[in-house]
Amino acid sequence: MTDPVAASHNRHGKWPRIWRAFRKHKGAMIGGGILMFIILGVLLGDLLWATDPQALDIRNKNMRPLYTLLWDTDAKVGWAHPLGTDSLGRDALANLIVGGRTSLAVGAVAMCIALLVGTTVGILAGLFRWLDGPLMRLTDLVLALPILPLLLLVATLFRAPLRAQFGPEAGMFVLIVTVIGLTSWMQTARIVRSEILHLKEQDFILAARSIGTRPFALIWRHLLPNTLSPILVSATLGLATAIITESALSFLGFGFPPDFPTWGKMLADSVQRMDQYPERVILPGAAISLTVLSVNYLGDGLRDAFDPRSHRRSRN
Amino acid sequence: MKLSSTLLSLGTVCFFASTATAERGSDGHVKILFWQAPSTLNPFQSGGAKDNEAASLVLEPLGRYDPNGALVPYLAQHIPTVANGGVANDLTSITWTLKPDLMWSDGTPVTSEDVKFSADYCMHPDAGCSQLAKFDGVETVEIIDAYTVKVNFAAPRPNPYGPFMGGQSPILQKAQFQDCLGARAIECVAQNFAPIGTGPFTVKEFRPNDVISFEANPNYRDATKPAFETLTLKGGGDATAAGRAVLETGEFDYAWNLQLAPDVLAKMADVGIGKPIAAFGTTVERLEMNLTDPNPDLDKNIRATREAPHPFLTDMNVRKALSMAIDRSLLVEIGYGPTGRPTCNLVPGPAYYASDNTACLTQDIAGANRLLDAAGWVRGTDGVRTKDGQRLSILFQTSTNNVRQEFQALIKHWWNELGVETELRNINASIYFGADANSPDTFQKFYADVAMHANNYDGTDPQTYLAMYRCGNEPKPSRQWQGENINRFCDPAYDTLIDTLSQTSDLETRYDLAKRMNDMLTKDSYVVVPLIDRGRVSAHANSLGGVLMNSWDSELWNIADWHRIE
Amino acid sequence: MFTFTLRRLGMAIPALVFISAVIFMLLELAPGDPLAQVPLSVPPEVRANMREALGLGESAHVRYWKWLVQMFWVEPQVLCDHIFGSTFAEGKQRVISWQTRSPVMDTVAQRLPQTLWVVGMAYVIGVLVAVPIGIYSAYRQYSLFDQAGTFVSMLGFSIPPFFVGPLLIMVFAVQLGWVPSVYDTTHTVHDWQSFLVQLRQMILPVLVLSLQAMAQISRYMRASMLSVLHQDFIRTARAKGLPERKVVYVHALRNSLIPVVTAIALGLPSIFGGAIITEVVFKVNGIGDQLLNALLANDLPSVQTLTFLIAVLIVMFNLIADLLYGVLDPRIRYD
Repeated sequence: MTDPVAASHNRHGKWPRIWRAFRKHKGAMIGGGILMFIILGVLLGDLLWATDPQALDIRNKNMRPLYTLLWDTDAKVGWAHPLGTDSLGRDALANLIVGGRTSLAVGAVAMCIALLVGTTVGILAGLFRWLDGPLMRLTDLVLALPILPLLLLVATLFRAPLRAQFGPEAGMFVLIVTVIGLTSWMQTARIVRSEILHLKEQDFILAARSIGTRPFALIWRHLLPNTLSPILVSATLGLATAIITESALSFLGFGFPPDFPTWGKMLADSVQRMDQYPERVILPGAAISLTVLSVNYLGDGLRDAFDPRSHRRSRN
Repeated sequence: MKLSSTLLSLGTVCFFASTATAERGSDGHVKILFWQAPSTLNPFQSGGAKDNEAASLVLEPLGRYDPNGALVPYLAQHIPTVANGGVANDLTSITWTLKPDLMWSDGTPVTSEDVKFSADYCMHPDAGCSQLAKFDGVETVEIIDAYTVKVNFAAPRPNPYGPFMGGQSPILQKAQFQDCLGARAIECVAQNFAPIGTGPFTVKEFRPNDVISFEANPNYRDATKPAFETLTLKGGGDATAAGRAVLETGEFDYAWNLQLAPDVLAKMADVGIGKPIAAFGTTVERLEMNLTDPNPDLDKNIRATREAPHPFLTDMNVRKALSMAIDRSLLVEIGYGPTGRPTCNLVPGPAYYASDNTACLTQDIAGANRLLDAAGWVRGTDGVRTKDGQRLSILFQTSTNNVRQEFQALIKHWWNELGVETELRNINASIYFGADANSPDTFQKFYADVAMHANNYDGTDPQTYLAMYRCGNEPKPSRQWQGENINRFCDPAYDTLIDTLSQTSDLETRYDLAKRMNDMLTKDSYVVVPLIDRGRVSAHANSLGGVLMNSWDSELWNIADWHRIE
Repeated sequence: MFTFTLRRLGMAIPALVFISAVIFMLLELAPGDPLAQVPLSVPPEVRANMREALGLGESAHVRYWKWLVQMFWVEPQVLCDHIFGSTFAEGKQRVISWQTRSPVMDTVAQRLPQTLWVVGMAYVIGVLVAVPIGIYSAYRQYSLFDQAGTFVSMLGFSIPPFFVGPLLIMVFAVQLGWVPSVYDTTHTVHDWQSFLVQLRQMILPVLVLSLQAMAQISRYMRASMLSVLHQDFIRTARAKGLPERKVVYVHALRNSLIPVVTAIALGLPSIFGGAIITEVVFKVNGIGDQLLNALLANDLPSVQTLTFLIAVLIVMFNLIADLLYGVLDPRIRYD
């Protein structure tokens, strides 16, 4: 057995080849498109829809989305609030836009921290036996730590300095993102380690080692590409977990200030009225699901593109 | 006190229509749902209302409060008063007489030994008794004879109904608890989980924080009661799910403490298989104004203490304007519906203690703006008022809870119209209401300008409640941030009234004093800005009769009378 | 392998003591007050007295030492007494919950059955469904089955249980009335009829939890199977003319199980920890509910004990996973 990945690394056409493979992946293109749309929507949406998400409009509370008209012509709707309003008359569309910004940022940053820390720990533990014990015990420790007291402790210690540095909202954001990120890398680490343990005894790695490939090159060129599949899966799952963890924290009162919407919090707040106002759970819920799904397909496409073995070819 | 008229009248009708001829245990099984599960059945070791209410099925005091706040004898023959000679003329003692032939559920007689023992149990210095305040001022408990007990107070007590009155101060069986005194109290798990009582039910199985199974007490003093043979008290979940299980699916007969948004509760009630019931007591949701400066740049021994007066909340015009901007009726409509009513009083009831203070009920944003203009607070370019370089910028904190967060948003909106900038913060209740001196987020420490929460007092006498606002009772570093005067209010005239109240026994004078003190804190100074008089709300199935909601004692106070109706 | 196991077990004890110390320190430093739920009408002096009675007057290291002794010395004796009827633990102080004033381990023992029934069952079902779905999805990548599987599992994963739970209750308990909305923990199964009752009350929470487990594990299974299926040795096996079944189920599956085993081993301790939100939503009142209650009430001895038990399981299953790697890929060596 030779290492097919390393073998195909002719330095010239690598990136164009990956791009071509990626473009051919229909799921990835659609997923990427939707994700792009969501990202642009939450970043630039308030330029198009300039309603203040926090403005109260008590007279127009509990408005329904425009589409309700399709089956209920008596519904309380209005063009001023195309997706309706909540029980205090806050505009749902504006909240979705602003809330999405926070949720996506929390998800993405926490996912990156988790990927970076998890992959590093996993590779080091899998590759170097003397690091394996300490790093895996560290993983066990963090897995066992209860997140709520941890968040409380971190908030007590760092909220005041962070608030002074970044202001109340951004300070809280840094705090929550860091805690979620730092408590969600363990799964990635364990899985990467198990793959490395398996890979490093395979012939092509032994061969690469025997010809004196340096550890860094070994990791970068041989090990990482071959562990890409599980890494991408944990990235996708990590994004979803981070968004939902944030909402659960807000739900329990450990999260963002009350006038700081996120998708998860909008969903959590509306659960008790879901039979009367289903749109209030469906809209943020769909936004979360759509983001996670598109990231998942994007991940699929990336994996296929980076892994030349999986170029679609007829089986047998 | 008034009852939520429409909601409660139904329950009352059922109550009087029914008490007739039943036989003990003839109505089978009844199921109660507490979304906060009871952790113990010993009120002296309890952590809150959930435990005390569950315990009231088994343990009984000498007397209870009825839905009108009146005293009703339970284990006592009658309620002692000065008039009937039960309370000494100088108010230094009260003598209780037990009903004759009372029996514990194990068949042994109830005697004055048990009453005295209950006091000894709670007053033991190492017991950590959570109801110790009920025995405040008690010097000795004397046994006169097998059925008579005399409680001697160290000083005259105008309100001698602390010990043995109400669900929080029941009688324990001496034989069962005598090895559980002091530090050993905590080790008596079996006793705390299954106390032997005189109430209508006995404990069959107790699973902490989960479910309790009860059976009818074979030795209950009324041979025809309780109507139910067995009772299950399930705990856990949340208020929405509890309401659903009674009002929508009918799996349970009674759900306790349904703090739900009014539209949600109304929709559940529309199903028609059960109904919510409410009663008002003394719980007032209020804004607390911090009279001291919570600025984080201050030295931690000075911050939020009386040494650092607040830069702008010490200006009464600002406090008054903040109060005037609030539309209390709208808050009620959004957060509480029929289970809340706007109030300007810190002491909202009983009626004879409530001041006729209603000026705050109408919102007046224009007036508030004029007031601030006149006081020299000028709007800057960003719309926020300033005076002598001091911006009206408020940090507004409360505990985490859907209704409170909606209130915060509304109040921020109104204050914004006054030119007041508001930053909101919500803190988990387990920290906010805790007294951890190391946490910056407790309500005692008050590292914010304005806070919102509810408080109440037990029983019907507000004396200790009003005494919280005494000079020197404020939390501060030298007291490890313990103390109840969280506004850091200090007025010698008020302190004089506290002392007068504690020495006055004439009821009319007491009412007047309490009203004056209430007004000093609210409409004269706006240090406490009451918002809503909050009722207690629960729900029961239509097939459950005899329920009589009570906010002065345990909700399950008359469970012996509950029965099944068609 | 045997010496490796022994060495790892030996190392586990200091590691666990260290972990318990870190957890204790974390809980100690985090803000919170066990008396936060006591009504505000209880005055500060009474609170101080109550705190004293809980043992909070002692310094932190004394309390940690006491906990260590109770957990590692007294509780095993209690277990021994329970099994053999001996009396080693008589009169010795056990780990006492601040909330209920009763031994934490008694409550754990009381709650373990429903947690194992509901959460354990859900996990087993989730894994049993996920593995074949993952295999087939990878084998027929981008087929309709694969697309549907991907969609359902990502949907299942991205919708939080605090929404799915009430939704299912709304539909199946309130509207249709097929199942109860409140789990009865005192229900005992003794005949077919009562078994059906148990089944009905279990089905919703099991559904919610198994969907989550299924989503996660099937993703790992699919990804790992995909990368194995494209490797040379599979081509070689096919070229050798081995039957397709054997190629997939023996050669590919075995080599792709490693990340899946890791994911499963990571998930198993969480069975014991219970599923906090799902347990609360369905009122299953298992160990997850106990942990949440303890956290909200700042009941430190309970939180400490429960997280420690979870840590023990984490360390144990980590070891089991490591041993399984050796079985799946004999080339992996540890010594």
